[in-house]
Amino acid sequence: MDTLVPIEDRGGPAQPLLLATGLRKHFPVAGGLLGRTTKVVRAVDDLTLSVAKGETLGVVGESGCGKSTVARLLIRLIKPDKGTMVLDGDPVDEPHGITVNELRRQVQMVFQDSYASLNPRLTIAETLAFAPRAHGLPAAEARERVRDLLSKVGLDPANYATRYPHELSGGQRQRVNIARALALRPRLIILDEAVSALDKSVEAQVLNMLVDLKTELDLTYVFISHDLNVVQYLSDRVLVMYLGKIVELGPVEAIYGNPQHPYTRALLSARPSMDPRKRTREAPIQGDPPNPIDPPSGCRFRTRCPFAEEVCARTEPLLADTGHQAVACHMRVAGSGHSKAMAA
Amino acid sequence: MTNMLQVRDLHVTFVTPDRTVHAVNGVSFDLARGETLGILGESGSGKSVTLRSILRLHPEHRTRWSGSIKLEGDEVLEMGPKALSDLRGQRVSMIFQEPATAFDPVFTIGQQIAETVRRHTGKSETEAMKRAKDLLEMVRIPSPAQRLKAYPHEMSGGMRQRAMIALALSCNPTLLLADEPTTALDATVQIQVLLLVRELQREFNLGVIFVTHDIGVAVEVSDRIGVMYAGKLVEMAPVERMVDAPQHPYSRGLLASTVHDGMRGQRLESIPGAPPDLAEVPSGCSFAPRCKFVRPDCTAAIPSLRDVEAAHAVRCVLAA
Repeated sequence: MDTLVPIEDRGGPAQPLLLATGLRKHFPVAGGLLGRTTKVVRAVDDLTLSVAKGETLGVVGESGCGKSTVARLLIRLIKPDKGTMVLDGDPVDEPHGITVNELRRQVQMVFQDSYASLNPRLTIAETLAFAPRAHGLPAAEARERVRDLLSKVGLDPANYATRYPHELSGGQRQRVNIARALALRPRLIILDEAVSALDKSVEAQVLNMLVDLKTELDLTYVFISHDLNVVQYLSDRVLVMYLGKIVELGPVEAIYGNPQHPYTRALLSARPSMDPRKRTREAPIQGDPPNPIDPPSGCRFRTRCPFAEEVCARTEPLLADTGHQAVACHMRVAGSGHSKAMAA
Repeated sequence: MTNMLQVRDLHVTFVTPDRTVHAVNGVSFDLARGETLGILGESGSGKSVTLRSILRLHPEHRTRWSGSIKLEGDEVLEMGPKALSDLRGQRVSMIFQEPATAFDPVFTIGQQIAETVRRHTGKSETEAMKRAKDLLEMVRIPSPAQRLKAYPHEMSGGMRQRAMIALALSCNPTLLLADEPTTALDATVQIQVLLLVRELQREFNLGVIFVTHDIGVAVEVSDRIGVMYAGKLVEMAPVERMVDAPQHPYSRGLLASTVHDGMRGQRLESIPGAPPDLAEVPSGCSFAPRCKFVRPDCTAAIPSLRDVEAAHAVRCVLAA
């Protein structure tokens, strides 16, 4: 079987390409006497998300919010403690579904560190041919595939195929990583801070290329970044995370134009101004994000939230639809008990 | 305003048995007391090397330099060991990108600040500790008395960066050098630290040189912005002017390729290619290979940094 023909769409455009339900990942922290596990980092807690076919889902949040854990869960680099995943109708890693290997054929990932994610002892051609060869593509065809991939990411095959990773610049290496992610003709690519380490002038080149490749190859992206401007540029929908939880999720226009959650608002107004006449006068929130080992009770944002009330400590707000976007905040739920919420 | 710092034709070359890197190739600028100069550039542009030269932080046996760095009349490049160690931390101090590695992990924050205070002012241990507590209070670290006893790993990233600012200001320097101090911080914390630097700069009338690759950050803190490319300043202008009317094709490309609000759906203007290898001394404009306006005289000689109007200088043959 030639596994490398493009994968046919199965469920039609309305069926999500990827549906993750109730994903949870806690990392035990060794501590105390005899190294017994006493605490857990609650990296991702009961997270449900869907990725529609052909969209770019942006994921934003600060360090420790669990966005990279989400990326690793979606491609099963780590196994969730709980939760299920369905790829275009097929349950993943379940008796009647697809295996994790099949998932990884269809879902690929690009990491932040372009150098660490390439094998320094393999030439670029060897790196790119590795997965196609492992999937049974004959050597001659694999060579053809390598040439094709390199031209797709704007690197001249004659010039780059025989080079080693250390002979390339950061931008060129990240192009190679993107080419490698494309080698198995995946449907979904997870980009985890994929442009964050690049210089601005190079970042723009790679962003333009990502936009072109998406159209050309009919791809779907999950774009994870701490850079709100880049997420806004690329994404159709945006998911905002705070300490392992989704706080807000919706179309990019709604999230950036009319953010509802106090954290989303703070995050957006913490962006440096590009206008020296309109400099930021006051920091939107104080302090650092708390440690995810012992997240606050109730709403995890309440310790930094200017509107926190007693109900916020007592009950955890659920993600509720407000018409344009979904928000996890007591102020947006009628009858929640928060003084700023409407009566039920 | 009088110039406290004058840098003239600074060249810094790193020499190792394998290779030579011409990191800074003729940088000149002035800084007045109470002024914040932002130096903007991409990796390898020489911005950090320029900054570190002011404190002579490069390894002496591998570094060749020429030119002049005058701080309040004293030539830094000719200072002996004693004068240098008096300079560092007292007249000039520096904050770094990674506060976790800038602090010694086996001493408490209080001990490290107090040590600096005692070294430069000769105060007693008790007095120095008292000063350390006041400093932590000044950078708005909550419960400073307890934080004095904290080790660096016990603090969050934003807190550590505040503590480093406290350490840097402990001996009342007149010049503060900042090397990407907010790059490793989260967005909501970065803005807090930027505002703190801006506020302390005003309060103590400090000269500040703030090196960053982030245009937004440079715009938030700077009075003037200098753009560096391949070891040279290619443009220097007041911040408003730099944002409104950059002249050098590289500055223009850099501003245009930076993604910000309202660019969704548009194609990003990008600068083709990558910065040059610094193994050789350039003979013409270093940006010429990537420049869309290149013409023969660009590569014939190195363009000079010329004033296009008051306080706005551009290193480009096309600048009028």
